[in-house]
Amino acid sequence: MKNAGLVALSVIALALAVILGPTSVPLGDLIHSPIVRDLRVPRALLGLLVGGALGVSGAGLQALVRNPLADPFLMGLSGGAGLGAVGAIALHLSGPWALPLAAFLGALAAMALVYRLGLVAGATLDPRILLLAGVVVGSFAAAISTAIVSLSEAEQLRNAMLWLWGGLSGASWTTVLVMLIYLPVPLVILVAAARPLDLMALGDEPASYLGADVARVRRRVYLAASMLTAAAVAVSGVIGFVGLIVPHIGRLIWGHRHRALIPVSFLGGGILLMLSDTLARTVVAPRELPVGIVTALIGVPAFAVLLRRWVGARA
Amino acid sequence: MILALDHVHARYPGTERDALADVSLGVSPGELVAVLGPNGSGKTTLVRVALGTLAPTAGSVVVAGRGAGEWDRRALARVAAVVTQREEMTFPQRARESVMLGRYPHLPPFAAPRRADHQAVRDALEACDALGLADRWLETLSGGEQQRVRLARALAQEPQLLVLDEPTASLDVKHEMELFERVRALVDRRKLAAVVITHQVNLAARFADRVLLLSRGAPAGSGPAREVLTRETVERVFEWPIAIQAFDDRPQMIPLRRELPTDRS
Repeated sequence: MKNAGLVALSVIALALAVILGPTSVPLGDLIHSPIVRDLRVPRALLGLLVGGALGVSGAGLQALVRNPLADPFLMGLSGGAGLGAVGAIALHLSGPWALPLAAFLGALAAMALVYRLGLVAGATLDPRILLLAGVVVGSFAAAISTAIVSLSEAEQLRNAMLWLWGGLSGASWTTVLVMLIYLPVPLVILVAAARPLDLMALGDEPASYLGADVARVRRRVYLAASMLTAAAVAVSGVIGFVGLIVPHIGRLIWGHRHRALIPVSFLGGGILLMLSDTLARTVVAPRELPVGIVTALIGVPAFAVLLRRWVGARA
Repeated sequence: MILALDHVHARYPGTERDALADVSLGVSPGELVAVLGPNGSGKTTLVRVALGTLAPTAGSVVVAGRGAGEWDRRALARVAAVVTQREEMTFPQRARESVMLGRYPHLPPFAAPRRADHQAVRDALEACDALGLADRWLETLSGGEQQRVRLARALAQEPQLLVLDEPTASLDVKHEMELFERVRALVDRRKLAAVVITHQVNLAARFADRVLLLSRGAPAGSGPAREVLTRETVERVFEWPIAIQAFDDRPQMIPLRRELPTDRS
């Protein structure tokens, strides 16, 4: 029932994203309209894929660091991506792929650094150190980005900042295709880790006595979740709240079993981002709101309502 | 023999001293062995070495015929179950869900729990007198109830070896006795092999077939309680004067009062 509802909701969100927009397209012309074909459909699909990637990444990271506050961007990736983007512009790299690629590489570099710091305590990643390392690396990267911005001409960097906080306006069939090729590997890794992630909520030691290879699962999940986030930042900038809130909404309705939670977080993230982007494009048309603001405006109240119901039910 | 430690030495990375030194222990089906010793004497380290999460620096550890470190973790979890001292409750869950985690080593990858798994969870809860708690949230249970659920989870693994690390810490007399009686019954009826790490010297003496007494990582005695728990040995290991009296033909320890050095401040 709730699964069918989720699928129905994703279809509705996808339909709304295709039908609604600043330019009104009559329903009968939807199929033939170049606006729909070249702009709205790829943008909606990219919303689904990016939102899904962020949702799944958040679900994996929360289980990994055993902290419900974990969020893909708390782990230093947004700072790294931002530094990459700002660096690319300061170095006058041009071409349509320069910015996303630089952001992607920045995120991966931040990930590698955080990962390396997470290993200081020994051969296994320590979740607390991982979280701290994420925050520290993120702040460090942000400091360097700000230094570069303050030393450069503001105009050329406005693009970088806008793009970073941007949203889905860069969507095209090419970006959709790239994501479709890229996403399956990290998604399969996370789905395969569903059971060990359930066990790891108990702590490392109980989890290993229940059959989880904790060190290996932690490495894989961290790498896969980071890969998802890095790709999401590269094509759409930093879109907050999806990775934090969607897994929690999933937990409230579907429970804490990752076998259900991971697919649910994918669809839930996709729905939230598609709906948010549709609103971002239409409410102040012809201008656009940053989609991250809309995800927060929709996601937080929805979360608050669910949280109340849930705490009430358990008391 | 289901668990055999043979002259095991173990050391944590970056430390100077052996956490375990020359420890041997054998446990067979239908046997309950208690491991005793002061804080920091290596009791929990023994669990880690026995279950292959810490590799010994010397000596051998064999579980069900295979070296502890050679087991695939899932396969080992079908043979040996551990009730750890502590576990986290990161996300809230119901008792039944928590016990289902004990079925994970038996589930095929990607498959949902089958009818047999739900039945195994039911049976395990029933064996621990916890069926009535099945739909309660773990965090709303008392300490004694939580321990029953955790023991049920270990039983759901259908192990041959059951290891309990200080299972009665912070439980009152009734729950403490209930837990020991339950473990003893499981050992006798199902021929489980059990290792109980505990601070309860007297309960260990009454329930265990044999005890292993550890002192700073080294064995201070091993064998039937009445041979190991002598006044001299226990006083030396626990660094406190005691008397020993027999009850039910088992030695029982009574700590004596001793004046502390006068406080001159």
